Order: sequence, then C-alpha cells, then structure tokens
Amino acid sequence: MRRSSTLLRREALDGFLFISPWIIGFLLFTLGPMAYSLYASFCDWDMLHPPRWVGLTNYRQMFTDDFRFAKSLGVTLKYSAMALPLGVVTSLGIAILLNQKVKGLTFFRAIYYIPAILPGVAVAMLWKWIFNPESGVINLLLARLGINGPGWFTDPAWAVPALVIMSLWGAGAGMIIYLAGLQSVPTQLYEAAEIDGAGAWMKFRSVTLPMISPTIFFNVVMGIIGSFQVFTSAFVITGGAGSPAYSTLFYVLYLYQKAFNYFAMGYACALAWVLFLIILTLTLIVFWSGKHWVYYEAERKG
Amino acid sequence: MRAGELARSRRRQEAIARAVAYVILVAGAVAIMVPFVWMVSTSLKDKDQLFTRELQWIPTLPVTVRVAGQDYTVYTSLSDGRYGLLLERLPAGKLRIAWLGKERPPETLSRVPDDVEIVPEEQVAQYRRPGARWSNYREALTPPNFRFLLYLRNTLIITIAALAGQVLSCSLVAFGFARLRFPGRGPLFIMVLATMMLPAQVTMVPLFKLFVTVGWYDTFLPLTVPAFFATSGFFVFLLRQYFMGIPLEMDEAARIDGASSWQIYHRVVLPQARAAVATVAIFSFMAHWNDFLGPLIYLGSPELRTLSLALYAFQGEHSVDIQLLMAAATVVMLPLLVLFAVAQRYFIQGVVISGVKG
Repeated sequence: MRRSSTLLRREALDGFLFISPWIIGFLLFTLGPMAYSLYASFCDWDMLHPPRWVGLTNYRQMFTDDFRFAKSLGVTLKYSAMALPLGVVTSLGIAILLNQKVKGLTFFRAIYYIPAILPGVAVAMLWKWIFNPESGVINLLLARLGINGPGWFTDPAWAVPALVIMSLWGAGAGMIIYLAGLQSVPTQLYEAAEIDGAGAWMKFRSVTLPMISPTIFFNVVMGIIGSFQVFTSAFVITGGAGSPAYSTLFYVLYLYQKAFNYFAMGYACALAWVLFLIILTLTLIVFWSGKHWVYYEAERKG
Repeated sequence: MRAGELARSRRRQEAIARAVAYVILVAGAVAIMVPFVWMVSTSLKDKDQLFTRELQWIPTLPVTVRVAGQDYTVYTSLSDGRYGLLLERLPAGKLRIAWLGKERPPETLSRVPDDVEIVPEEQVAQYRRPGARWSNYREALTPPNFRFLLYLRNTLIITIAALAGQVLSCSLVAFGFARLRFPGRGPLFIMVLATMMLPAQVTMVPLFKLFVTVGWYDTFLPLTVPAFFATSGFFVFLLRQYFMGIPLEMDEAARIDGASSWQIYHRVVLPQARAAVATVAIFSFMAHWNDFLGPLIYLGSPELRTLSLALYAFQGEHSVDIQLLMAAATVVMLPLLVLFAVAQRYFIQGVVISGVKG
C-alpha cells in the first residue's frame, strides 16, 4: 500500500517541526558564533570597540612572537603524552581484572567510577591539599617510606605529573567502557583459542585486543579531545595563573587568560581555531591509523 | 584422563589469576578511597593539627580541664610525661604551666595546682585525644564564609532548568531524526554529530559577546536558555539510537488510529524510552551541577554564584583554612554521591552507550 503524497508531506513537515529546536540552536549558538569567531580571529578586538581587521597578524604573532603560546602548547602536549597512554593502560587494566569473574563486581565498578562524576572544582581543591609538599598525604606517606617527596604543584618539573596522577584517579569512565567491550567478546572465541593451545597472553593478544580495538580507538579519540581541553583543574589549583613558571599553563587556560584577563578577544578566537585544527588533525591521524589496528567485525562479514 | 587433568590445571590457573586480580583490585580501591578519607579527616581537624609533618588520619582535639568555671588547655611535658594546665602564654615562646602529675587529668578541678613553672614551648606538647571538630562544617557553611543555601539554590535553579530544557529539546529532535522521514535528514544528522567534535572554545567568545549584548550577563539565562535548543549533540545521538530500537510498527499502528506525530512522541515512544531519558537527565544534571567555566564567565555578582564557583571563590579567601575548604568540598560532593547511589544503573548505562556504540 502506497502512502499518499499528502501524508508524506505531512510527515516531512512534522520532521522539520520536531528538529526545529536544533536548527534554531545550531544557527544561533553554533554556526553563527563559529562564523563570527573565524572573522574575529583576523581582527584586533577588545569587545569594547568594534573589531578591526588585521589580517593574519594574530596567527603570525602566535607562531613567531608568543612565548606563552609555545609554552602552553608544550604543556598540553606533555600532559597528553603522559595522561593518554597511562589512562588507556590503567582503565583497560582495571577492566580486564574486573572481567575475571571476581566477586563484588558492582562494588568495585562503583568505587572506581565515583571520582569521575564529582565536581571538578572540589576535586582540584582536594588534590591541591593532597599534594601539599609539607603536610599533604602523599608526601607524608612517601616520608614513611623514607622518600623525600617533590614539591608537586609548587615545582615546575612536578606540576604536570601531579595533574596526570590526578587524571588517573578519574579514569573510571574509560574503565566502564572497556569493561562493557570485554563483556561483549564472544566466549566461543576464547574456547577456540584454547583448543589451539593458546596461553593467557596469546588469548589477550589474538582475541581480546582485536575485539576491543574499536573501543580503545574511541577512547583514544575522546582522550585527545579531552586532554586538549584541560581547564578547571589547572585553573583552580593555580588560581588561574598557570604557575609555577607557566608549568600548568594549559592551552585552554591561556586562551581564557587572553580573552577574559587581557580582553584580546580576536587573539583568543585565533587560538580557538588553532586548537580546533590541532584536535581535528590528531583525530584524523588516529582515524587514518585506525585502519591498520582497529578490527571491525562488520567489515569481515561484508 | 588427559582432558580431566587439563581442565583441572585450567581451573587452578583461573583461580590463581582471580586471586591476583582480587589483590590488585582491592589495592586500587584503597588508593581511590585515600583522597576521600583524607578529605573527610581534614574537614574534622582543628587548625593546630593541619600543618604537622607526621601522618595523622584520626582527628584529635585538645583536652581541657574546667577549674572554677574557666577552661584550661592541658599540656604534657616531653621530658617526663607530666600533665599540666596552661595558665598563660608569655612572650618569646614561653608558657606558664601549673603541673598536675602523671595521671590523666580529670575533667574538672576545684583549684589550680600550686606547682607553677615557666617553660619554653619546645619542652611541652598539647595533650590531644581523638575527637572530631564537627563545628568546622557549621563554620564553613554559614554566612559570611560560604552561603551554602543560596549557592545551592542557584545551582539547583540552573541545573534543573537546563536539565528540563535538554531532555525536552533533545528528545524532540531525536524523535524527528529517528522516526520521521524528511528531505535532508541524513546530512542534517551528520551535522549534529559534527558539532560534538567542535571545541566549545571556538564559539566561546562570540557567545559571550552575544549574551552581553542582549543584557544576559550576570543572569542565569546564558547557562540555561541554550539547553532548550538541543545544543548537546551527544544527547541527541544517544536518544536517537535508543528510539531507533523501538519497533516502527508501533508508530504506524498509532497513526492508523489517527494519532498525530506529537501524540506518538509522548504516548508511544517516550514511555518506551524511560531508561534512555533517565540517562540523559542524569548526565545533564552532572554536567550542569559540575560546570565551572560557564558560571565563571557569565556570573559576576557573588549572590548569583553556583556551588562550584563559590567553592573556588571560598578557596581564594580562605586558603589557609584547609579544614573549612575540605568541609565545603565534602558538602558540594555529597549530592552527586547520593545521586550515584540511587541511580548507578543509569550512570553506567550512559557511559556504556556513549562508548561502545560510538
């Protein structure tokens, strides 16, 4: 039975009506501001006066004459290079342990996940105290082992490692995703591998890793986006300064300073676009590399 | 025979693996808990106990003795362990102490002992016994320190308004994409997904300008109104995935009975998708309750602060009163812990849908 064209037209009209909140929101809060941001990135703009076109000046300054831009990019990359692999290994490791049919799975899952849901400001304040060089719990525990703990957030060399440790504490969301991935690996695959005489490591290498590679892939992509947007922890711990010696001046923190401390709005927009391009490039690289290490069952079947 | 042996050795291997897993998991759980325990412990300490160089988990309080209606702090001699009452602090780090003896002092005395001596502060220590300073919480949460009820109200207004907006708008849009056919549906949905990739910083400055221009600076509107326009691509995506799983025949049956799209949305699809809606509601709650950058940019007046923003400001004003900061931090974390305890299922489900189907 064919539906009449009036019914189809009616459905299409309803369709547009239903998605109209998104269309309005997209134009008003995403596309419009995006276009304006792109335009402003080529302008000198303090928000009090109308933007003044300066061409590529902002971008040129960024790459040739901005020590803090280079610094913030370095800090962010250093953090990502540590936090991303450690995060994947930690959360995947915990998920594998939880998948050993241990008792109390729900309990452990809850404990490991809780840090990920808490307010960033409260968490950052807590860790600032935990890492207090003299009276914080970490250095007091280290002292018991006879180790003289570092200055953490007061030492430029240790501030980023401290933030990485803090991020591992909140690695629970990744753990849950991996656990779900592990639980969906068909048990027949393991049984087949055992018949072929595979040991625990071989089973992990040849069955588990390929089967959950799409999940790892997804987490790496989200991790890149997330680690380039670290803001609250660094802002709260250093009072917005990115101190000591710019060692916690994360990219987005620097962008915030440019916009809301220096009112260099055009420059901040240019920074945002460079950030977007960096994230886009890294994501595309991961997508491209994914062809070589991500296994999609659907592809095999098709 | 051989097969039985193999199975037994395999079972033994598994048992060992499970035992090792267990040990590591418990150690990890303890490591996760340490910061929480330290936070609560700190929040119940008094200032004298904070900046010590030895690890003290259990909060202690100084012991006092009441003599003729007046409280005296008890000190102990570091050389011979005698107890004494502090009569007064003298200049140059000297204390005037009335010695009692080596037995634990009673709660009250009829008169101050005669054995009075002036000793340097290094030779004595405050006598403390385990005890929690609950008054830290009262002190931290009452004006002018931290106007907890006001900030709670502000946070609730923003969170609930944004949550309502997001659940309503995202489910409407998701319904459109999942259940209705219209030209351009595919490309438009790809646009929805593409917005998830866009860092918020790209639109941050122009949006700020926009909201300042329309006079919304220093109001809750920039933090709530956009939520009514399905600005979260992730929620739209999540709900659409779920809606697609509901049999389409149900829509058609309802249409034959003369139901409109709106009726199908709220009588057929929504009731079937309670779990997905609950997940979106919880994630939206969490995002807005925990938001810091938004309130930081848009809220100027102290009376409008949210809990997170107020906590940050509190830290700036009371950086040395760590016990008060930790008390406030504990209280700000509590609502989310309660929500998690009640609705753990939906938290986990949301993470799983976001990760595995993504």
